[in-house]
Amino acid sequence: MESDPASQTDDGGAGLTRDDVAKVAELALLELTDADLDRFTDQLGAVLQRAEELAAFDIADVPRTLHPQPLHNVYRPDVVIELTEDQREEVLANAPAEESGRFKVPPALGEEP
Amino acid sequence: MSDTPTSGGGHAHTPDPALDTASGIAAAVRAGDRSAEEVFRAHHERVLAHTEADVDLNVFNTLTADEGLAAARALDARIAAGDDPGRLAGVPIALKDNLCTRGVETTCSSKILQGWVPPYDATVVERLEGAGAIVMGKTNLDEFAMGSSTENSAFGPTRNPHDPERVPGGSSGGSAAAVAAGYVPLSLGSDTGGSIRQPAALCGVVGVKPSYGSVSRYGLIAFASSLDQIGPFTHTVADAALSLSVIGGHDPADSTSIRSAFPPVLQHLEDGIEGLRVGVIGELSGDSALEGFEPEVLARTTAAADALAGAGAKVETVSVPSTVAGLSAYYMIAPAEASSNLARYDGVRYGHREDGVNTRAMMAASRTAGFGEEVKRRIMLGTYALSAGYWDAFYGRAQRVRTVMIREFDEVYANFDLLLSPTSPCVAFPLGEKSDPMTMYLNDVCTIPSNLTGQPAISVPFGTDDGGLPIGVQILAPYGGEVDLFRAARALEDLAP
Repeated sequence: MESDPASQTDDGGAGLTRDDVAKVAELALLELTDADLDRFTDQLGAVLQRAEELAAFDIADVPRTLHPQPLHNVYRPDVVIELTEDQREEVLANAPAEESGRFKVPPALGEEP
Repeated sequence: MSDTPTSGGGHAHTPDPALDTASGIAAAVRAGDRSAEEVFRAHHERVLAHTEADVDLNVFNTLTADEGLAAARALDARIAAGDDPGRLAGVPIALKDNLCTRGVETTCSSKILQGWVPPYDATVVERLEGAGAIVMGKTNLDEFAMGSSTENSAFGPTRNPHDPERVPGGSSGGSAAAVAAGYVPLSLGSDTGGSIRQPAALCGVVGVKPSYGSVSRYGLIAFASSLDQIGPFTHTVADAALSLSVIGGHDPADSTSIRSAFPPVLQHLEDGIEGLRVGVIGELSGDSALEGFEPEVLARTTAAADALAGAGAKVETVSVPSTVAGLSAYYMIAPAEASSNLARYDGVRYGHREDGVNTRAMMAASRTAGFGEEVKRRIMLGTYALSAGYWDAFYGRAQRVRTVMIREFDEVYANFDLLLSPTSPCVAFPLGEKSDPMTMYLNDVCTIPSNLTGQPAISVPFGTDDGGLPIGVQILAPYGGEVDLFRAARALEDLAP
């Protein structure tokens, strides 16, 4: 990826660099152009900069809230359901590609089929 | 069932005040005074009149008029045979296009889901249809419900029925506009940070985010699972109460669904507000409000507080300091959850696919072509907040502040039954005005706290600004406090100018 040396510095606020954004995009399976990278670095940096206000809270002994309700796992019997041919077709009808009743994708390894 | 008249100002774009309510339609259809077919045709004609008269508000992604007409006829046949089809008999409804509808395309207003036809119905759709409601169509939204203006739709923005040059709010802008324009008396949206209440305020209709877990999310395409809730748009508070009593209550298909019936809001709707203790949130109102609030919005909120006091409520201002930081906590937590939820869109089992030399290249190309700008921004923000080295500083810290906020609201509710604030800092703004993401996010400052706490809140229309644009006032309640919430909202509706 080509990058302007000047933009290797913290240019997005809150210490967010253009390289950070490129790395995050790779993790998220998103392809960004150089212009995208510049723009997103600024925009994400602005949000992160604002989020620094969260540091003002005394949270040393405060637990995290993952959920607004004190939830526990909910269980049901693990039952195998046989799909009918019609149901199978209904599910596969949305697939971009299928073969022999299965989802079809390009090779998972390497570049050649 | 009372046929409550709709509230409405006298300005140019206000829909006909004689517009049908859901309660009124259902009563007439069940009594045999109106046919479901006639009701459906009349509403469908309003949609067609608009789209053909060059004032297309771009409300619907998909219209299901043929299926709806067939359902209306079937319902009339059942009534003729002595059947009672249910509490929403013959009521035309619209559904935000992130709610799954069996056999009907469901897109989230995203290219990545364009053409996807769900093999199942959301629980709320089953329950509404089971009560006799008839689907008119699927409404436009900000892509994957990420936005506050419905401009982030892959299918173009929805326009505000009160002024087509302005946004309807978002992300459920299509559902809000569908009710405001008189296309349907009832629609559903989803609210992750204000996406029902803010567009309700900007379109001059009632909008409710109920307590987290009180309405099943089964079949709601996930954005941020610990924040998302489904709720209604209506002309009247009574219609909102009716619809929630139909869609609410336990659902085994949603593991976060609470194991109890929806609170008895309809039974207590007319109880009045004598003695209710209402706190006006200082950080969001009056002279102490944060910057960025429009003076007319603050003035309407003060007027609403005065009106409630005049009607017998005990009203005083209360400070809820963590409200201010809600926005920052939300814009860490919601994108983090979104980045995880949206990892499933990879072009394998459904949705948009681009070619690629291998699976990974195919996935990256599909996601890059399929997601819009705002969705990419939030996925990256969330991925960053969750990544090694930053997790504790951003995501973890935001979750701890979320706890602080819940505790603070609990303390406030020890002394108050309800809280009051504006719904949105501003009235409907012109299309294209808020192009900077941070500026757009600031729209959610009043609504986000209820999502972080899981508590219910409602937006009630309360007059307009000088230009005739609607202003909404928000009432907030403690978890499960829908009975008092609706009592106060019903009272405020009658006190509205």
